Amino acid sequence: MRKPIGWSTIIIAILVAVSAVLVWRRDGADGVLDILTHDLSLFGGILPRVLAGCLLGAFISEILPHEKVSRSLGPKSGLMGLLIGTAFGAILPGGPFTAYPVASALLAVGADFGATIAMVVSWTLIGYGRAVAWEIPIMGTDFTLWRIVISLPLPVLAGALGRFVYVRLYPKPLAKDDEN
Amino acid sequence: MSAALLIDILLWGSVLGVGLIAFRRGPPVFKASLREGSMDFINIVPRIALGVIGSGYIAAIIPQELITGWLGPDSSWLGVATAVLAGAATPGGPVIGFSIGTVALKSGGGVPQVVAYVVAWALFAFQRVILWEIPFMPARFVWFRCAVSVPFPFVAAAIAMLIGKP
Repeated sequence: MRKPIGWSTIIIAILVAVSAVLVWRRDGADGVLDILTHDLSLFGGILPRVLAGCLLGAFISEILPHEKVSRSLGPKSGLMGLLIGTAFGAILPGGPFTAYPVASALLAVGADFGATIAMVVSWTLIGYGRAVAWEIPIMGTDFTLWRIVISLPLPVLAGALGRFVYVRLYPKPLAKDDEN
Repeated sequence: MSAALLIDILLWGSVLGVGLIAFRRGPPVFKASLREGSMDFINIVPRIALGVIGSGYIAAIIPQELITGWLGPDSSWLGVATAVLAGAATPGGPVIGFSIGTVALKSGGGVPQVVAYVVAWALFAFQRVILWEIPFMPARFVWFRCAVSVPFPFVAAAIAMLIGKP
């Protein structure tokens, strides 16, 4: 996965510090503490799932046959690779704590940015998990199904665009744990 | 049975399943991936902490009216563009995102604009990116994915305009 501290983390930390100061100026120390206690309990609640996600990612990158993954999801996998990524994202169970570690594991064992983008976009747009749990109850079945039908082509298109841009931005592959 | 419990059973069931496959490849393989996963966890915890606690503060300074105001009944492409911005800026989880979408639909927001909002929210709502995607994935991948995702809420809105209402 990643180095603990990178530029992204630093930027987020600055953003958070500025926001916390703004909350403090508006609502005082109580406002800051309220948010802190609420979010700490949220944090405690999701920690076990984060652990499960990390283990899932580690086991998957260990047991997946690397040559097979880079053949079917690598830079030369073509439209088929994007379709496999899309299908995989659509059927993947669980929430963000499974999708992102698994996507990260796929990247590590030879999937390219294009196929991984197709997978992540498919999970977020046509995956059934969020649709069944949240979108149908709140927005209604008609809207949800219609929105999913509209979204069907998007993962493959996003993956194709990603691949197209990637090979032009990075003609040579960069180091795996390059941060920026 | 609650949905959260079902998710946890599914999640730990999957961990157990792949763990078992790794174990059958031999205990060294199993131990190595167990160690790898635990190290990842230790590395990720500070970032998740920053994401969870931090996004609470960022969310607190974004006025809800701003988001709903951006989703007004403006049926032009400018309306789509503001809907995309609103989707990216929406704080909180799926309940908030979809509720704002529903309110917009009921209060006269255009259907393509609401589709653009929901798709933009799904693709790059800042809170999910900060909280989940950046901690787990290489940062370079995350920024790249968000950048190439930008056109697609507009594509979704265009398809919605073409094929009409649900």
